[in-house]
Amino acid sequence: MLLSVEGLTIEAGGRRPILREVSLTVGKGEIVGLVGESGSGKSTIARSVLRLLPAGARASGRVAVSGDDVLTMSPAALRDLRASQVAMIYQDPRSSLNPVRRIGDFLTERMVLTLGRPKAEARARALELLAAVGMRDPELRMRQYPHELSGGMLQRVVIAAALAADPALLLADEATSALDVTTQAETLALLRRVQAERQLGMLFITHDLQLAAAFCDRVHVLYAGTVVESRPAKELFEDPRHPYTAGLLACTPELGDPRPIRPIPGRPPSLDDAFTGCPFAPRCPHATDACERWLPEPVTVSGGSAACRLVEA
Amino acid sequence: MTTAIATLSPKTARPLGYWLSSAFLALVVTAAALAPLVAPYQPDAVDFAATLAPMSPEHLLGADQSGRDLFTRILYGARTSLIGPLVLLAIASVLGVALGTLAAWHRGWVDAVVSRLTDVMYAFPGLLFVVLIVAVFGNGMTTAVVALGLAYTPTIAKYTRSVALAECAKPYIDAYRVQGMGGFTICVRHLVPNMARSLVGYLVVLFGEGLMSLATLSFLGFGAQPPSSDWGLMVKEGQPAIVQGAFLPVLVPGAAIALVVVSFNVIGVRVADRMGVKA
Amino acid sequence: MVRKLAGLVATLLATSFVIFGASYAAPGDPVTFLAGGKENLTPEYLAAIRAQYHLDDPFLVQYGRWLGDAVTGDLGRSTQYNDQVFDLLLARLPSTFGLVAYAAVLFVVFGIALGVLAAVRGGRTDAAVVAGTTFATSVPPFVIATALISLFGVQLGWFPVMGGGSLWHLTLPAVTLALGALAIISRVTRQAMIEQRELDHVSVARASGLPERLIVVRHVLRGALGPIVTMCGLVTAGMLAGTVTVETAFGLNGIGSLLVHAINTHDFPVTQAVLLLMVAAYIAVTTLVDLVQPLIDPRVRRRA
Repeated sequence: MLLSVEGLTIEAGGRRPILREVSLTVGKGEIVGLVGESGSGKSTIARSVLRLLPAGARASGRVAVSGDDVLTMSPAALRDLRASQVAMIYQDPRSSLNPVRRIGDFLTERMVLTLGRPKAEARARALELLAAVGMRDPELRMRQYPHELSGGMLQRVVIAAALAADPALLLADEATSALDVTTQAETLALLRRVQAERQLGMLFITHDLQLAAAFCDRVHVLYAGTVVESRPAKELFEDPRHPYTAGLLACTPELGDPRPIRPIPGRPPSLDDAFTGCPFAPRCPHATDACERWLPEPVTVSGGSAACRLVEA
Repeated sequence: MTTAIATLSPKTARPLGYWLSSAFLALVVTAAALAPLVAPYQPDAVDFAATLAPMSPEHLLGADQSGRDLFTRILYGARTSLIGPLVLLAIASVLGVALGTLAAWHRGWVDAVVSRLTDVMYAFPGLLFVVLIVAVFGNGMTTAVVALGLAYTPTIAKYTRSVALAECAKPYIDAYRVQGMGGFTICVRHLVPNMARSLVGYLVVLFGEGLMSLATLSFLGFGAQPPSSDWGLMVKEGQPAIVQGAFLPVLVPGAAIALVVVSFNVIGVRVADRMGVKA
Repeated sequence: MVRKLAGLVATLLATSFVIFGASYAAPGDPVTFLAGGKENLTPEYLAAIRAQYHLDDPFLVQYGRWLGDAVTGDLGRSTQYNDQVFDLLLARLPSTFGLVAYAAVLFVVFGIALGVLAAVRGGRTDAAVVAGTTFATSVPPFVIATALISLFGVQLGWFPVMGGGSLWHLTLPAVTLALGALAIISRVTRQAMIEQRELDHVSVARASGLPERLIVVRHVLRGALGPIVTMCGLVTAGMLAGTVTVETAFGLNGIGSLLVHAINTHDFPVTQAVLLLMVAAYIAVTTLVDLVQPLIDPRVRRRA
């Protein structure tokens, strides 16, 4: 198993933990989606794979990449992990690059400084990668500065850099959310191609459930730091078992569908909201009193699990 | 001339420093006011038997080359050293606030003229502008204080202008204008009092700088003249004594200046913080 | 670029005008003032002064002539030394430049080092640096000078007390001159690095496996260089004026002490010349700092 997160709990001083008992796996060549609203903790999961935890956070559980636990690794092993095994693509490409250094520098940095490859080799590889992500005139781009490129082009550069050291696992954290729709489609196509060509494992994080269902093989739905549903994409889309997932799907409009849009009442919980039982209970249309006392545990359903006590196996 | 240092305060400004500084300054001011009553000698009482005397019960802080008691001179010196900056700040404030408000209120060519004038004065680094005035009008405390007052005017004018611009944009000023109130009246009765809060914090910090500048001028011989016991002048007069191994004549006034300025900076930063102002 | 140079020339003209016009602002007749206020002023001497300074010409013509002379190196004659002012300046400039250069090296190296240390180490080191720099700027240079002379010169005897000439002699004066600048630079460095450290691209670099030390140098410090270099330039520009106090305190023979001496002896031609030189240098260096901006930050280049 490429990535195996087991019972990950992260606390950072709020009244509830950022993540509670999160478990998921990503296999080689598999695209796993992680869906949730802002504040659900999805970015934190990705960052914990690289051990980029918030200051003062305490983590328990296990995050294993190819069998090695990231949370307890030595600093040297961690650097090696970050440089050559796992790569992350971020939401805002413009703030991900150092504005006073050239694009070429950004691409070769990881290879030359951490992996110790010779400059010429790194440069050649960078050119290759820029071509592979569909950039025309890579020679010119290498010499340019970030402010000279558009958002879409910068995201390609970020993807190229992520592939530079041949990682096995790719973490895409809202990688297309900051782009306009056309560029989004292009970037997604690129990601899919790259993933298929190299048989990469990918953790695809987004707030868009429809997108995840279309793009990923498996989808995990996150609410208030816990995984509430975990199913193959197609099954999740056609037959959501957790009330939250159902609610999310119901509030997305579709062309030609005369159904009224029903938003989920209430608001997503902040870190100051503590729960005695199921965190979704306050907003759930099916909730009963017992739900407020039942801490969610995954209940096996077809294809995966859903953490709701009203679900039949 | 204005350094940006005093404006960067560490996040947790320990109140202890604040209270210590305030207490120390209160002490200094009291001592200066009561100097004739408290001082054991006359400030220019020469006594060649006590030349360069070390610290002793007769001379608490020692004596200088002419045998004058340093403790007495420090007390009397506090008067000139404190009043000088006060006067120069008064001059600079009146002129600076007037110019800054005028520039912000009228905009247009008035603003341009004030800006050009400010630029020219800023082109003189450090104390050079003051030095020029002193060169032309002669040495002396009065000249020095007036010159420094003029030199600090652009700093205050610039600060006032930016605060005034922000204030002028607020609706209540327009309300007064619509009522037919004259520009001058609005400025004096409404604009200036509302800016006073921000200005005060800034002025406290400038006081410390003014004190340093004035003392430096006296040290160079351009400000206070003998037999004054101005602290800067004391350092100048005490210099020849250093090679003879007597440090008190320079270190006592030097320490006095340093401690007073540090106190003002600590208080100034704290006052500026509490007024919610970026000094 | 052209606009900035035009601005430089404009400011130079305005300030030189002020320096020139000052002799007219003096109470009394400009003639007596320019003659140095000496006692036995014979009518012939006054007439000579009048002719030398072309005081019968209209004001602006006088100014033009003075400026033209100044630019070509004729700065008049000192009333005190009865020597060409230009020669006087030339003799003393190397000493002052040496002092300023020495001080510049000190404050750049130690200022940036302290700032980086404070930003990277944080905690008590940070608090100590901040407190130390606040104190350093609250003590005027002449007090620092006398304190240093007392402690290191006389008491410990490590350094010579007065006079210049060697690097050893210049150390205490250079330290005095550099101290205020050092405080400013360390604060600016610290502040800039703290801001840079929080930027996204720094954590992206960290996430790609770069060792922390390299991240600090290549990304944090590099990003902070803009404000640091600007401040270094500005501070150096003002340092020439600071030599007035330092040279007087240490008894050095440079143009700073020349200025003080000239004022005290009513030698106005020298006063004017030194002031003109210092102001011109200041304006030139600040403009240079402005022009250098595009080299440091590529984002500025496109607009330049």
